[in-house]
Amino acid sequence: MDILQEIGASLRKGDDNRVAELTRQAIDAGMGVGAILDDGLIGGMNVVGDLFRRHEIFLPEVLLAARAMQKGIDLLKPLMIEEGIPAVGKVVIGTAQGDLHDIGKNLVGIMLKGAGIEVIDLGNDVSAERFVDTAVEAGAPVIGISALLTTTMSSMKGVVDLLRERGLNGKIRTIIGGAPVSKDFADEIGADAYGYDAANAVDQVKALLGVA
Amino acid sequence: MTDLLTKLRAGELLLGDGAWGTMLMARGLKPGACPENLNLTRPEALREIAALYLEAGAEIITTNTFGGSSLKLADYSLGDRTEEINSRAVEVLRPVIGDRALISGSVGPCGKLLLPYGDTAPEAISDSFVRQIGALIGAGADMICVETMIDLSEAQLAIKAARSFSTEIPILATMTFDATPNGFFTIMGTSIEKAAAGLEEAGADIVGSNCGNGIKKMVEIAREFRRCSRLPIAIQSNAGLPENRAGEVVYPETPAFMAEAAGQLIDLGVAVIGGCCGTGPDHIRALRGLIDAHRGGSIGG
Ligand code: B1M
Repeated sequence: MDILQEIGASLRKGDDNRVAELTRQAIDAGMGVGAILDDGLIGGMNVVGDLFRRHEIFLPEVLLAARAMQKGIDLLKPLMIEEGIPAVGKVVIGTAQGDLHDIGKNLVGIMLKGAGIEVIDLGNDVSAERFVDTAVEAGAPVIGISALLTTTMSSMKGVVDLLRERGLNGKIRTIIGGAPVSKDFADEIGADAYGYDAANAVDQVKALLGVA
Repeated sequence: MTDLLTKLRAGELLLGDGAWGTMLMARGLKPGACPENLNLTRPEALREIAALYLEAGAEIITTNTFGGSSLKLADYSLGDRTEEINSRAVEVLRPVIGDRALISGSVGPCGKLLLPYGDTAPEAISDSFVRQIGALIGAGADMICVETMIDLSEAQLAIKAARSFSTEIPILATMTFDATPNGFFTIMGTSIEKAAAGLEEAGADIVGSNCGNGIKKMVEIAREFRRCSRLPIAIQSNAGLPENRAGEVVYPETPAFMAEAAGQLIDLGVAVIGGCCGTGPDHIRALRGLIDAHRGGSIGG
């Protein structure tokens, strides 16, 4: 097994120390940051996401894998800065107003960071104003909202509406996700994209940033 | 009340109440606000809801303390009012309920995940439940209901917290399961078999499931609990998964639909039947009708 595959395998086991050790080895062996991310950490996390969707593993394994991935990313961060790899883009994320479910949003955040995207995480229960104001202040062209409750789904429309009200639609784009959310719902409220899981969220955000 | 307690202990069929969240929203609870804070600010709303469930025929009324652990209340900067919020929850209901129903102290997840997959130590979660449950029992709750748990370890911490105050008080403990191709599991990976054994081991007297994906699945879940446990079983189903119909949140299962399917729960010998999210007094009234017809039937036959 090559070192990048081994990173993936250790990630699946949630062995954060081993992931860190292997990432360090890969760096020392002169492997590129991009390869370590794509073929090691992100590749591994995609497998974890698939297994979770197929109910072959459960949330604890996913959370441990995510934490291991974060450790790997932490080691790569300074290199990315050093090598002058610019952030691919900026995204503001948070959960919909009234929603305290943040596990899915956190996974999406880690995967976005893994893809070299700068993430401004506003946490839980974020109002439409805060989403929009932060995106404007930070110059972030994408807002990502996660909702797990049927009751808070509707508050995502508030963000889309507020952007329109301020004439920012088209300039700042929205992606939404979470278990009860669907592509149809995204279309209905006028959100620009829908991500069905964390890996898909990365693809969708990249498309919105025009870097896919 | 002692009568009801005796029945509960003997595993005889008792009817629980339905959801509180939706009832509180109808009485002015704002989205994003702390539901348990109403124990301090709107006691009359709680009495009104309890009276509606009582009138519908519920024999167990839950307190408005689902998110009343100090860790959960801290989300709303109310952690330091844990004792007050929980004791008031029992005290405001007692005058309405008297001994016509059991007051069941509701204890839901603390919202934090345990180490190593989360960031919270078991001691912190345990302390949080001890503070909540101590206040509930101190204020005279007749039983404790640990509910909607997905992590067996967290459920056990809550049950043990309750047991640390009383070896006598009945403890009902339920978890929420998803249907997977390999059977029912909580999202954290606990099977019904493991749940039944683990909840009993920690000191629960009645085990089962609440919330979930609707009454049909609950019948399957009850069957699996029956197969795995000798303890009395509790099933408190929600009225299906909520749907967003043109901006309005609708729970699909009607009272008649639930009552019809709940007949199978009685056949399986389920001891406590009640409702969860999306159920209201009409659901409980329909279940009352079902249970009374069944009792009448068994006396007659
Ligand atoms: C920006 O772009 C994107 C793109 C993709 C995005 C995205 C954003 N966000 C997510 N994705 C996607 O990527 C992720 C990775 O693949 C995925 O994310 P998910 O978030 O979907 O998936 C996560 C990885 C795993 N899934 C989860 O983390 C949710 C798991 C379940 C068990 C759940 C949990 C854990 C909790 N809960 Co809650 N909870 C349930 C859930 C039932 C279940 N078994 O699923 C659900 C969601 N809860 C529910 C309810 C009702 C509630 N909960 C509540 C509370 C809680 C806890 C605090 C105890 C806890 C949350 C802890 C936390 N820190 O997040 C309450 C509400 C609190 C609030 N105001 O938010 C409360 C109201 C309970 C109550 N009576 O008080 C139900 C919602 C029903 C509905 N559709 O409205 C529920 C389905 C349970 C049920 N069977 O009824 C994708 O959707």
